[in-house]
Amino acid sequence: MNDSPILELRGVSKAFGAVQALYEVDFHVAAGEVMALVGDNGAGKSTLIKCIAGIYSSDSGEILYNGEPVSIHGPKDAAKLGIEVVYQDLALADNLDVVQNMFLGREETTSLRRLDEVDMERRAKETLQTLSVTTIRSVRQTVAGLSGGQRQSVAVAKAVMWNSKVVILDEPTAALGVAQTRQVLDLVRRLGEQGLAVVLVSHNLHDVFEVSDSVTVLRLGQNVAEFKTKETNQTEVVEAITAGKLSKIPGQPAAEVVV
Amino acid sequence: MSSTTEQEPEHGDVLVAQVEEQLRAPAWTRLLTGSSTFIGLILVGLIVVFSILSYTNFVSASNARNVATDAAVLLVVAVGMTFVIVTAGIDLSVGSVLVFAGVVAARAMHAVGGNSWGTIIVGLLVALGCGLGWGVINGFLISKAKVPALIVTLGTFGMALGFALLITGGVDERSVPFKLVDTIGTGRVGNQVPYLVIIAFAVAAVFAVLLHATRFGRYTFAIGSNEEAARRAGIRVDRHLIKVYALMGMLSGLAGFLSLARFSTTTIGGHSTDNLQAIAAVVIGGTSLFGGVGTLLGTIFGVFIPAVLQNGFVIVGVQPFWQQVAVGAVLILAVYLDQLRRRSEYQR
Ligand SMILES: Nc1ncnc2c1ncn2[C@@H]1O[C@H](COP(=O)(O)OP(=O)(O)OP(=O)(O)O)[C@@H](O)[C@H]1O
Ligand SMILES: [Mg+2]
Repeated sequence: MNDSPILELRGVSKAFGAVQALYEVDFHVAAGEVMALVGDNGAGKSTLIKCIAGIYSSDSGEILYNGEPVSIHGPKDAAKLGIEVVYQDLALADNLDVVQNMFLGREETTSLRRLDEVDMERRAKETLQTLSVTTIRSVRQTVAGLSGGQRQSVAVAKAVMWNSKVVILDEPTAALGVAQTRQVLDLVRRLGEQGLAVVLVSHNLHDVFEVSDSVTVLRLGQNVAEFKTKETNQTEVVEAITAGKLSKIPGQPAAEVVV
Repeated sequence: MSSTTEQEPEHGDVLVAQVEEQLRAPAWTRLLTGSSTFIGLILVGLIVVFSILSYTNFVSASNARNVATDAAVLLVVAVGMTFVIVTAGIDLSVGSVLVFAGVVAARAMHAVGGNSWGTIIVGLLVALGCGLGWGVINGFLISKAKVPALIVTLGTFGMALGFALLITGGVDERSVPFKLVDTIGTGRVGNQVPYLVIIAFAVAAVFAVLLHATRFGRYTFAIGSNEEAARRAGIRVDRHLIKVYALMGMLSGLAGFLSLARFSTTTIGGHSTDNLQAIAAVVIGGTSLFGGVGTLLGTIFGVFIPAVLQNGFVIVGVQPFWQQVAVGAVLILAVYLDQLRRRSEYQR
């Protein structure tokens, strides 16, 4: 594992009207590292991810990629850098089939600007194979007909097939049963082993301790703690999640901040 | 759905899923709800029935020509409507835009004068431009101003017709170049196939490729299926919607021009239900009003079912008013089948 971060956020803030969703957050992840991002409901995890992906533009702060400041104004910018996100709500188009979803927005075309379905189907199958996703019988069925775990697999496969460097997963196991959670966690492990930087958002500390190398804790929009997974335990992390010290006081009603 | 059943299932739950699926969707529902096959079969069935009832009158080149010519203008509109409805949108303004484009094109040709192809081309461009203009207005208000499509196009439905009436004072414009009427309007290729029919089918073919084999079409489906997913995939949703409504407007303009050629007058009062006819055709053809599902082939069938019914009823001597009853029933059946399909897909 290389210690210098491939992706780094410095002092990122984001407010929605009166709600300060993120306040001067620092965050980093290195290649080959599985970084868990934990925090209570509404702590700002999804918002942080959307700032990285360019869905939201942050109010202040900067994003560095390989040490260089970058500006990400939309999903296409993030994708160009090799950053892929699997959202909490997956954002798959139910009426489209597996191949169409995996290539959405990046379809391959032939010389006449016609869609190259044959090649896309081949590549989709290959990607699912390398990720050892074996439960999807036909890549030409619509994703509406897939189970939760299968949908999750499609979303992950969609994220990793672009030679991506950073893969961000927002609660990938939240809706899954035991066996399917197992599959997705194995998948996460494999991504890290293949040298990708992985950000894993999860409420399940058991999962976090099983697959992550490091843990970042968000509380009320602030980064309140960072741990190496090997050097900490669940009690310590839970404490940070529920009562981590808020070091920076935003221009907000203090009532929320005082513990 | 092509399931590879030969493959050894690796997990027990895959097998269970397979069994469940077979229980849930018997072959006949999958055929009915699958694609445009069912609606194509209905069309074939109608043709067979009318052929048996009145072979000599129904099965003839001239009758086929009549049916196709009657359907041609509507087909052009319905092609555009397919794109709009696939995005989960709606366009009620088409008939008025058609009239407006026809009126302005007729005026323009009158102003240019003469009876040459040059005049006709000016008229065509003006008609397309008028349609495009209204389409862009619709698309902009829907995607940027976030006014619901139903309201925006209901508004422009009234406005476009109002302007057409203001321009003409309510009197149909009749000064259409003879050449246009003689060729595109009533002429035939090889004395057999009307130009109108060829143009309508050519439009349908080109837009079928656009819808089913290009990125533009894929994004149209994606937006109708899950707008947010499309946005996150980097698709410029607003811009795409404007393009779709602009296309719809342009096709309405083209339809206005074809209608002008066919009737050699602007038929201002004759298009108040074009929108409903086009929507019915598209929906009968299997396109879902919820967006994300549809085929252009289905729309072609959906245009021809009412046309064949109308023609067949006249020929076999049933009161043609029954056509409206029958089309209404087919429409409801089509939407019911769409619901069945959705239910079977989302059950998991
Ligand atoms: N689009 C938005 N508009 C307004 N407020 C928002 C928006 N998105 C998030 N917020 C607010 O920002 C805060 C952080 O939300 P966020 O979704 O990032 O939390 P989270 O850590 O992902 O929570 P969860 O674990 O429930 O997914 C919350 O108070 C939320 O209400
Ligand atoms: Mg969240």
